[in-house]
Amino acid sequence: MNPYGYFPGCSLRATGVAYEESLLTLFRLLDLPLEELRDWNCCGATSYMSIDEESAFQLSARNLALAHKAECRDLLAPCSACYLVLRKTQDYVERYPAIGKRVKESLAAANLPVLDGVRVRHPLEVLYTDVGVERIRSRVVRKWSGGRVACYYGCQIVRPFEEVDRAHNPTRMDELLGAIGAPTVEYPLKTACCGGALTGTMHPIGVRMNYILLKEAVRKGAQAIVTVCPLCQYNLDAYQSEIRGKTSTPVDMPILYFTQVLGWALGADAESLGLKRAISGRKFLEQWFSKETQEAEAYV
Amino acid sequence: MSENNGSNGAVRIGVYTCHCGANIAATVDVKAVAEYARSLPNVAVSREYKYMCSDPGQDLIRQDIRDHQLNRVVVASCSPHLHEHTFRTALKVGGLNPFFFHMVNIREQASWVHENKIHATRKAKDLVRAAVRRVARHEALERGRVAIHPDVLVVGGGIAGIHAALTLANAGKHVFLVEREATIGGHMAKFDKTFPTLDCAACILTPKMSAVRAHPNITLWTYAEVTQVDGFVGSYKVTVNRRPRYVDEDLCAGCLDCIEACVYKQAKVPDEFNMNLGKRKPIYVPFPQAVPLVPVIDPETCIQFKSGKCKKTCVDACGERHAINLRAEAKQETIEVGTVILSTGFQTFDAARTPEYGYGVHPNVYTALEVERLVNASGPTNGEVVMRDGKTPGAVGIIHCVGSRDERTNRWCSRVCCMYSLKLAHLIKEHTGAEIFNFYIDMRTPGKGFEEFYQKLLSERVHFVRGRVAEVTDWALQPSEEGKLVIQVEDTLAGFVRRIPVDMVVLATGLEPHADAQEVRRMFNITCAREGFFLERHPKLAPVNTFTDGIFLAGCCQGPKDIPDTVAQAGAAAAEAMALIDAGYVETEPNTAHVMEEVCAGCKTCIPMCPYHAISFMLDIHKSHINEALCKGCGTCVAACPAGAIKQNLFDDDEIFEEIEGILTNA
Repeated sequence: MNPYGYFPGCSLRATGVAYEESLLTLFRLLDLPLEELRDWNCCGATSYMSIDEESAFQLSARNLALAHKAECRDLLAPCSACYLVLRKTQDYVERYPAIGKRVKESLAAANLPVLDGVRVRHPLEVLYTDVGVERIRSRVVRKWSGGRVACYYGCQIVRPFEEVDRAHNPTRMDELLGAIGAPTVEYPLKTACCGGALTGTMHPIGVRMNYILLKEAVRKGAQAIVTVCPLCQYNLDAYQSEIRGKTSTPVDMPILYFTQVLGWALGADAESLGLKRAISGRKFLEQWFSKETQEAEAYV
Repeated sequence: MSENNGSNGAVRIGVYTCHCGANIAATVDVKAVAEYARSLPNVAVSREYKYMCSDPGQDLIRQDIRDHQLNRVVVASCSPHLHEHTFRTALKVGGLNPFFFHMVNIREQASWVHENKIHATRKAKDLVRAAVRRVARHEALERGRVAIHPDVLVVGGGIAGIHAALTLANAGKHVFLVEREATIGGHMAKFDKTFPTLDCAACILTPKMSAVRAHPNITLWTYAEVTQVDGFVGSYKVTVNRRPRYVDEDLCAGCLDCIEACVYKQAKVPDEFNMNLGKRKPIYVPFPQAVPLVPVIDPETCIQFKSGKCKKTCVDACGERHAINLRAEAKQETIEVGTVILSTGFQTFDAARTPEYGYGVHPNVYTALEVERLVNASGPTNGEVVMRDGKTPGAVGIIHCVGSRDERTNRWCSRVCCMYSLKLAHLIKEHTGAEIFNFYIDMRTPGKGFEEFYQKLLSERVHFVRGRVAEVTDWALQPSEEGKLVIQVEDTLAGFVRRIPVDMVVLATGLEPHADAQEVRRMFNITCAREGFFLERHPKLAPVNTFTDGIFLAGCCQGPKDIPDTVAQAGAAAAEAMALIDAGYVETEPNTAHVMEEVCAGCKTCIPMCPYHAISFMLDIHKSHINEALCKGCGTCVAACPAGAIKQNLFDDDEIFEEIEGILTNA
């Protein structure tokens, strides 16, 4: 089968290493070949886009052009911010001739082709559409022994492009986790904002947004939150001790990647899924993903 | 004055170029066009005038016909849709056959669509040159007359259909009123009070419903649908399918003993009339004032229909009347009418299409129509506002514009929601004393007494928050939000985001065309506007006419409107129908096609092509024949005939080729 092009982006090589580890492991277990895009650069997301839109489009377009040149049909962007900015660039180039013209000129100056024919994909949608819930279910080798989880999709992968899932009530992660037997809770904030870069720039506001998400997950009876985005994961994971100090909510819950949960069910070990890198909820993590559980529950 | 048929002597054409105020003159050099026309062959007179459609403008034509012995006329102005009839009449009054006329549209097709005056002027000249070439070939034609059958079909028995039917019946016309549901009354029958006067809806509607039933000039068929329409203005042949209600309308006395006697002691089936908030039995009447007051048996839920093993206590209860007939079958009625009024109404927006408001997810989120039933004294809770969890709400949020003014769903304003939201706010407050919040984008209260009603609500301490609600959710941030529905909204007057906890949410869902409006449209051969409501012939000057003669519109099938406007429109539609009936006939356009029998080879290619079934085959002479009364002049058969044996008046090959050559000839 044709390998998926793989665009890691900066997060998966920094704060989101666990995401990359678990993603590569899971794709290997599912026999889905990945080929990293050669010479990729910054995707142009978030702060870049708000400060210098034109450069952001050009950065993003260069990645798309490289993918096109490498004859890559599907470009996997696991980070929600990368996914969105790549899709947005395609959309704006197509819809606004002035932007399209400038982007094409920049690409021509770098001897790069125009950016046709590349489909930007998020791994959640690839697993749901290309692999399917049933095939995942058939590959489960380890029973889920963790607690109830809240599936958190974040704001970027479903809006405004509804290609990964429905904008207001996405359910594909819930369905995939259901296939491995992990109980999920109804989580009304599943597409709310995690605070994004505000935890760095306007810290109290950013942390308050994390607090709202964590508190509601606790209120709905979840013991962990499962995410699809390195920034969401980082925000929710990193500030729990600060929240504990400031509020009466005694929150200490693991913030997992969906690739970690699925990879575990399909038989990968905690190390190769980056599970040891977590900050919060360590006691649950040790319980759920311990060597004993691993052996006891293996090959049920 | 005798009419000049143009056969005597040379062709003498008058060309009139219109300024249309500045509409044409600002972009087309009208003087230059008129001067150019003067140079064309056969043109005897060429003039320009500010408004050709005005009386003095028409006088110019009439005068010139006399003074200059004109026998052809070209007017270069607006669309023929607007004024072709005006100018043809001017020719007729001037003593010329009205079909020695051709109209050139230099407004919609030149001045309005171009900016460059030189190019627009050149285009206008080209169009005039083509028309001058064409009109020389025109022949004298006569209009036909079609008699109007005096009976009228009214489709849809809501307040629009009821009012139209009664108006016509009172004027002595016979009306067939066909209603799909088991009772007439439509949406209005579900309302408790009506805005802004707070009249009881039933008190003003049910007398009219009874009057329909009792009127000797009205044939009422409920539980029935029109399935086929043939014919044309003056004589439509309509087939109506009357679904079996399994209780004979002629034998039933409306005692309702059968419902009492049903083996279901308790009502168990979700009650559609009560928006599924209450229960009914398999044999039921939608509501106590239903017209006709004859029960219906629902075969989906009746034990006898499902298993054949019911004790049939309903039949026993009916006794000697023998009104219940479980073997009843659908009946096809075929009627002939001259005119049709469509009053098929609307459907409310499906609130599940705005998932952020949680309809169907949170049980205490309601649609406005559901709340109409809750506050209605004959509703499922006898007028008590209790929620699905059995509690009385202490705080209620009413969200406006759900499925209205929304790019993702329906873009139009549904016109009635602001006012019915105010009415529901008043009624809920009256029934429960709850604190009420209205969330609006703009308050739209443009009817008589509407703004005063809004002011009254403001003084009743109902809260108004300006902003489109972002979401209705059950996640709680504060202890005060626990167990509540939280409405999250940007208050655009206060300038910040608010979270308002309430017990009950009412979604003011908008009005949209019926799901099957397109099928109805095709059946009656009318058109729909882009959003799917039936299209009127002119938005201002022919608001109840359609593009099909003899078919009129009333009520919300034409677009959202309130009860006063609906009734006004229904009256207007009835008057339009009466105008045709009392005239006794309509004149038809002579632009029909006819077969030249000496050329027709009898290949029958044309017969299936005709969308109006106007062509038949004459077996004796083995030729096709076109019924001119049915022909609409679409020209399909003319183009399809391999032998070129079909000619169409006003679209003769000579005329068309002259026009094309006129366009292509360089000036």
